[in-house]
Amino acid sequence: MSRRKFINDGVRLTLGLTVVGTGVFSLKRSASGKDYVWQIDPVKCTQCGRCATECVKSDSAVKCVHAYDLCGYCDLCGGYFKPGAKLQTGAENQLCPTAAIQRRFIEEPYFEYIIDEELCIGCAKCVKGCSAFGNGSLHLQIRHDLCLNCNQCAIATSCPSDAISRVPADKPYIIKGDFTSEEEG
Amino acid sequence: MLKRIPTIAYLVLLLFLLTGDFLEAQQRFPKPEFDTGYVQPSPTTPEPRAMALEYFDVFVLLAVLSLASWLAIKKRSRRGLLWLSIFSLIYFGFYRDGCICSIGAIQNVALSIFDPAYAISITALLFFILPLLFALFFGRVFCASACPLGAIQDLIVINPISIPSWVRKTLGFIPVIYLGLSVLLAATGSDFIICRYDPFVGIFRMDGPFLMIFLGITFLLLGMFYARPYCRVFCPYGVLLSWMSKFSRRHMTITPSECIKCKLCKDSCPFDAIEVPIKQEYRAPEVSRKNLKRFILYIGLIPVLTILGGWIGSKSHIFLSRAHPDVYLAELMISQPELREDEENLDIQAFLESGDTFEQLVEEASLIRKKFRKGGLALGGFIGLALGITLMNQVVFRRREDYEPHKGDCFSCGRCMDYCPVEK
Repeated sequence: MSRRKFINDGVRLTLGLTVVGTGVFSLKRSASGKDYVWQIDPVKCTQCGRCATECVKSDSAVKCVHAYDLCGYCDLCGGYFKPGAKLQTGAENQLCPTAAIQRRFIEEPYFEYIIDEELCIGCAKCVKGCSAFGNGSLHLQIRHDLCLNCNQCAIATSCPSDAISRVPADKPYIIKGDFTSEEEG
Repeated sequence: MLKRIPTIAYLVLLLFLLTGDFLEAQQRFPKPEFDTGYVQPSPTTPEPRAMALEYFDVFVLLAVLSLASWLAIKKRSRRGLLWLSIFSLIYFGFYRDGCICSIGAIQNVALSIFDPAYAISITALLFFILPLLFALFFGRVFCASACPLGAIQDLIVINPISIPSWVRKTLGFIPVIYLGLSVLLAATGSDFIICRYDPFVGIFRMDGPFLMIFLGITFLLLGMFYARPYCRVFCPYGVLLSWMSKFSRRHMTITPSECIKCKLCKDSCPFDAIEVPIKQEYRAPEVSRKNLKRFILYIGLIPVLTILGGWIGSKSHIFLSRAHPDVYLAELMISQPELREDEENLDIQAFLESGDTFEQLVEEASLIRKKFRKGGLALGGFIGLALGITLMNQVVFRRREDYEPHKGDCFSCGRCMDYCPVEK
């Protein structure tokens, strides 16, 4: 019986060292040990529309965010109106399928656009319009109050332009206005 | 010197074009100056879950594992283990939405070892390590009480049927293949298949794609009759736990003192994880001799199976590598060049827009495929080796006079302790 015990103890020690060793090695390889969250790089994003459908939550954690710093406050907003539509705010003229963009008159000739995140589904239709005809101030971001921070983001796997990656949890957003002002200044 | 001027002019022109382009893309319309005192709002940035709470999760796991070990080994309380598993189901399952999870953490560890660019979080690493270390000392107490996937299946065991041993052992080999495959796919950065095909996460979140929910309900229905189907037929983490548990220092015992061989425990175990006493016939000299011959044969088979497995694995690396999106895309564009014109194919369109050349993609894909060649070899070799050792174990009969839990397969759920009529 003591022979069995000896072998058992030996194997246990080996297994234990293997597990701990794997852990130490994996930590050393990755150095930081920081926490990461998923985020979209709006410059890489090609507005394919998969964010609305691929998220494991049926109401996607991806929402449109408005970088007001970049916005031209246009009357004819490429993100708000369908191309070629009349300048009337009827639903048939709006690009957003859920009417999540609220348009408000500020002063001649400027209009403010605010996203209602309760309604936004992250389809990127407005983002495409704004990037094509405007300043690109509307863009998609993963909202961390909604994101479950899955081990592997389902949208990241199917993103055709590799725009979604892990970013450090202490800098969880890539808002467009931020980095353009950094580049300018 | 003069020769250089065109180059410099060209560079200046290029720079001019680039900056022009950049400005055009970013600010076609200048930011207005408002006269009416309008205050521009700023975008909100809701914070992710606090880091401190992540450490709290580790603390909860540690507490649950310690309590489960005590309940299984010292207190011998099935009821305690059951309530603890319900707590874990609520906390790790429904409250934490099934993510963070030790099973999925295998992939984080694999990716962090093979991809230096990926940094593993300490939380994920501890979730991977702690249950294994506990299994090394106290058996699979993680499966008994800490794993929400196990807990949800354990609760719905209604009428478990006993499965013939050879079917069980064959099905029990699937997790080994699943483990190898998930490590390969995670290490090459292709996919996290354990998370993608986690059957219960959709139920924990009460939301999810159709496939997830469908798998979850199927497993639950199946689990009424084949107890803990995911744990026994798929769970890749269970393979690691089972290796650890086989050599565990202390393990839950069925009887508190002496076994009276009443067989009650055998009938109580829904997982067929209780081993019966070895019959005298097995120890007869002629049977022993026959078994010894088979044992030697199987030992000889181990290297053969390992090499054969490695050969098959490296042969199938082209097939395996298609799991990586880049390889898939490159193959698609080579085999069906007409798809380049297809406006509907988002992946190809996005690639064409990205500005990378097709040659770069092919280069990238062939690098990944090379990784898969090594990976396939290792995967095949691993499966062959595991198969050989499993076969070898079939002919090893240790002297056993009592009913004992199979240390590898036993989930330490404690049902048998309740059924044992022996008093302390």
